[in-house]
Parts: sequence; C-alpha cells; structure tokens
Amino acid sequence: MEQTDTFELGGRALTSRLFTGTGKYGDDGLIPAVCEASGSQVITVALRRVDLDKGADNVMRHIPGHMTLLPNTSGARTADEAVRIARLARAMGCGNWIKIEVISDNRYLLPDGYETVRATEILAREGFVVLPYMNPDLYVARSLANAGAAAIMPLGAPIGTNRGLRTEEMIRILIEEMSLPIIVDAGIGTPSQACQAMEMGAHACLVNTAIATAADPIGMARAFGQAVQAGRRAYLAGLGSVAALARASSPLTGFLDQEEGGI
Amino acid sequence: MTFLPEALHLATYPLEGSFQKVDGNEVLRAIGRDSLTAEGFLALLSPAASPHLEAMASRARDLTMRHFGRTVSLFTPLYLSNHCANHCRYCGFAARNTIPRTQLNLEEVRAEGEAIAATGLKQILLLTGEAPHKAGVDYLEACVAVLRPLFPSIAIEVFPMETEDYARLVRAGVDGLTVFQETYDPELYAQLHPAGPKRDFVFRLNTPQRGAEAGMRIVNIGALLGLSDWRREIFATGLHAAWLQRQYPGVDIAVSLPRMRPHAGDFEPACVVSDRDLVQAMTALRIFLPRLSVTISTRETPRFRDNILPLGVTRMSAGVSTAVGGHAKPAETGQFEISDGRSVAEVCQVLRARGYQPVFKDWEPLEASA
Repeated sequence: MEQTDTFELGGRALTSRLFTGTGKYGDDGLIPAVCEASGSQVITVALRRVDLDKGADNVMRHIPGHMTLLPNTSGARTADEAVRIARLARAMGCGNWIKIEVISDNRYLLPDGYETVRATEILAREGFVVLPYMNPDLYVARSLANAGAAAIMPLGAPIGTNRGLRTEEMIRILIEEMSLPIIVDAGIGTPSQACQAMEMGAHACLVNTAIATAADPIGMARAFGQAVQAGRRAYLAGLGSVAALARASSPLTGFLDQEEGGI
Repeated sequence: MTFLPEALHLATYPLEGSFQKVDGNEVLRAIGRDSLTAEGFLALLSPAASPHLEAMASRARDLTMRHFGRTVSLFTPLYLSNHCANHCRYCGFAARNTIPRTQLNLEEVRAEGEAIAATGLKQILLLTGEAPHKAGVDYLEACVAVLRPLFPSIAIEVFPMETEDYARLVRAGVDGLTVFQETYDPELYAQLHPAGPKRDFVFRLNTPQRGAEAGMRIVNIGALLGLSDWRREIFATGLHAAWLQRQYPGVDIAVSLPRMRPHAGDFEPACVVSDRDLVQAMTALRIFLPRLSVTISTRETPRFRDNILPLGVTRMSAGVSTAVGGHAKPAETGQFEISDGRSVAEVCQVLRARGYQPVFKDWEPLEASA
C-alpha cells in the first residue's frame, strides 16, 4: 500500500500524510528529529518568526532539506496582510506553497472566512499553491475551491486547544462534498484523534501544538506519524458499519420468511 | 463606547467585601472551569485562593504551554528622553526631581539602536517622559525612521496621544503601545498626579483604546503594583484587558505586572506586593484570559523571573538600562533601579537551560512590501 498510496498536492507526491509545524518548541534544534520520527514531508513555518539576518538563530536552518516548506501568514488580520506576507515568503526563498491564516480574533484565533477567500483568490492567481486554514463551513469551502485553493484546511477545534475533532460532523460534510483534499488543521491533541480524522477520510492532518508541547516531542511525533498511517490504512481497508444494538433476529421483517399459518 | 463606565463602577464598588466572602470551594470551581466570568476571576484573586496557589499555578502553566508553547518573546526598552512635565509622586523622572535632563539626538538614537541590535534583539520599546514640545510626535517619527532598519517591531511607552497621532506613528512603523494606568482608583490617581497633563484620569484610561483604533498590533496595559490594594488593581486590570480584547479582537492585548522599585524621590509604596501575591495575580490573569500576553520586566530579580517563567509569562525585557542613552554609554540616573541586570546572552542562556526558546523576532514589517 505504501508504494501506491501517495498524496498528490501542489505538484508533489507525498508519501506521508502528517504535516508538522515549527511553533512552540523550547528548542528549534528538535525539529530535524521530529521530522524524522514523524515521517512528515511538509512543515509549516510562520514567516513572522523567520529571521534571515546574519547571526540570528534562524528557524529555517533547522528544517531538513527534503521537507516541503509551507510558510504561513500567522499574524495577518486581513486578506491584504496575508497577501503581503505570502509575497514576502516567496521573495525570501520559501517556495510557492502558502498556508493562509487570516485571524482577527485573538481570543479564539478563529479564521476569518471572508478575508481568507479573498486572499486565496489573489494568491492562487499569482501561482501560489494555496492551503487556506478555515472554519469547516461548506459554503466557505466551495468559495475557496472556486478561488483556486489547492486543498482545504478545516479546524478540528480552535488552535492550540488540543480538544480534538469538535467539528467532526462539519468536517465529514466537507470530505463528502468537496473534491479538493481536506487537511484537518488545529485542535488535534492526541494521536487517536488524528487517527480518527484519517479514518473519516481526511487526506492529511497538520499537528503542531500537541507535538511541540509534549514532554517528549520526538516520541510524540513518532506516535502521530503512526496514528495517521493507521487511520489512513483503516480508511482504505474500508471500515465496517457501526450498529447500535446486536442484531440476533429480524423482529420487523421476520414474518416474510415464515410460512403462512405459523405463529 | 469606552471602558470608563465600568472603571467608575469598579472604583466605587465595595470589592473588599466581595474578596472576603469567597470560600475555598468557589476558588476550586474557578480553577476547574473552561472559561471564567468576572466572579470567577475575583475568586482567584481573593485571600481564599492563597492556599490553592499550587493548583492555580498548575492550571496557568498548562494554559500557557498550550497557547504559547515553550517560548518567551524578548525586548528591551530604549529611553529617548527624560524630560517630563508630570509630577507623578512615585517616579524618578518627575519634574520636581533634580536629575540631569537629557534627550538623545538622532545620531545618539542610532548608536543606542546599534548597541541594542548587536545583542540580537529585534523588538524594542521606546520611552520618553511627557514633554511633547521637546519629545513629541515629530521627534518620535524621526527616531522610528532611524531605528526601523534595525528592528522589525517597535513599541512606544510615551505620553498619551490622540488617535490621529498614533495612526501617524503606526504608518511610520510603530506596532505596539504600552501605557500603564498606574491605578484604577480615580481619587488615588488625583493624589498621585498633583500636576501636569497626566492628571487627566479619563484621557489616560481611554489611551489603550485610541492606540487600538489607530492600528497598533499590541497594546500593553498595567497598574503600578504597590500604589494601592493589589487585588483591586489586578481585578480592574483584568477587566480592562478583557474589555479591550472583546472590543478589539484583532489586537494582541498584553498586561504588565510592574511592582514598585526604589527610584529618585521619597515616595513610599502604600502596600507591599509579595512574591506570593504576584504569583497569585499572574496565575489568576492567565486562567481568566488564557491568550493574554503577560510581560515581566527587570524590576524583578533573576531568581523570581526564572521561577515564574512557566506560570504565564510570554514577554520579558532583557539587557535593560532605564537611563537615557544607557545602552551605548555608562548609565546616569535611571527611571528606577532594575533588579535583573543580566545581559541578553545571559537571559537567553537561562531560558534555554529551562527548556524555553527566546524569541527575538515575532513580526515581519509589511509597510514597505508591495
């Protein structure tokens, strides 16, 4: 299965469906080991934290060369700011993938759907591979698809909360209705939750806080890598349907098989 | 709409009685809740919460880790001018104190900036007294133009301005505003500020709001702890921060917890805020407002700063001089004495040893990009 189950995104064929991040680490020096342990091939980095000055402790130097960089627009409050950050990222040599985060609510860090769609439209037109972070809303997802998004990144729960798939039903709808890949981003706190998202049919998961703030980030990265793989395998193998009650007989239709005159 | 009605209501409300009425069960319930009301916040600040400090600290640590990770943002103040028309009774720069008055020219500003930049810092806080005819908006704008190439993030802690003036500075590249109310008690405020433009309690109270409206990304408020009952002041500070967060959700609201330090002049603090009190204040704020940025300055000792790191701190000053021109040449009289004189490199070393990443750069200026 590993040979054939690749995830095509932005012109790349990914064999890992776990995306990781660079935020919240006590030591960025852990990042290479986290990438290796998780098997991840895509890593997101906040452009606001990238410091290319000579002598600065630049997060970029910790990112292994084989990783696909997914710069994000953390800190953008409007589409205009997100667009400017994306252009800066490209000019700084971070490639043409961009994760759009437009957040103007610092209490819950919920994404602004309208501004996200606007930024997606502009950046997709400019040739970026646009991965917008969004609230799992079908209408916004359709608008993002029309605007040229390469994938949709719905939140499982607000960023950093580790609350899991609180938006499960909404994500399920996106998986069913959208032809674009669905990458569950934010809120995943445990490997079992990532596994659940993959079992549901999500194409990939992005996990940062739960790995970066674990007591053993490398061990947790490995656990997430395995959980995402297990969930994907389960999805491909076809999960059995779930019944609420044991079915020993057919109380409603059993009469069809009984001979007339029987009790 | 302003915070004033709430502030005035708080000022006359018999909060002491409310603090005394809280029992331990209310405190435990507040610690366990996902989101806190003002009543829950009050419970955490009450004397009844004192025996539960470890549980509060544990919750505060978890919330801080979840929302900010193992990172602490570093900045340093750059004192531009100590001319001041105010008569704040507790401040070393007050007009009545006979200290040498000085103001950096742009060459000196550049030298200070370069000395700070050489330590690796990327975020600075520009400070002046209140003397707009000497160090006004034009002067600040010129200083920002000099410093901009060195620092992606520039905040100001100067004198309260009108929204249009803040907007001018935002356009010049300022992204943060720090303004302390000092005390939320209007009567005490009047006593402590007997003369000078700072006497205007209401204008100062509404200053963070004007900064937010002008487009500041970070607005940092605070009360000077020691001027009056700390529980009241922290309660008011927390409610003010919550009000600002709701009113301006796109702005990063930060709170500082400055304790009074020795300074030029003879003012004695009205109350002593112990280490234990400060930990209670900080952890209560964190539990009440999980995403609040919390700033701890070098007013605190190295030992205390190092130990409170996990309990809610997200921003720290380092390599500090509170004297005008103190980074590039030996310091003269500072605004107050600092307790943590460690260099930026020494602070970073301690942060790393404790598993924290010092964050130097946390914003990419956009004004110059296409």
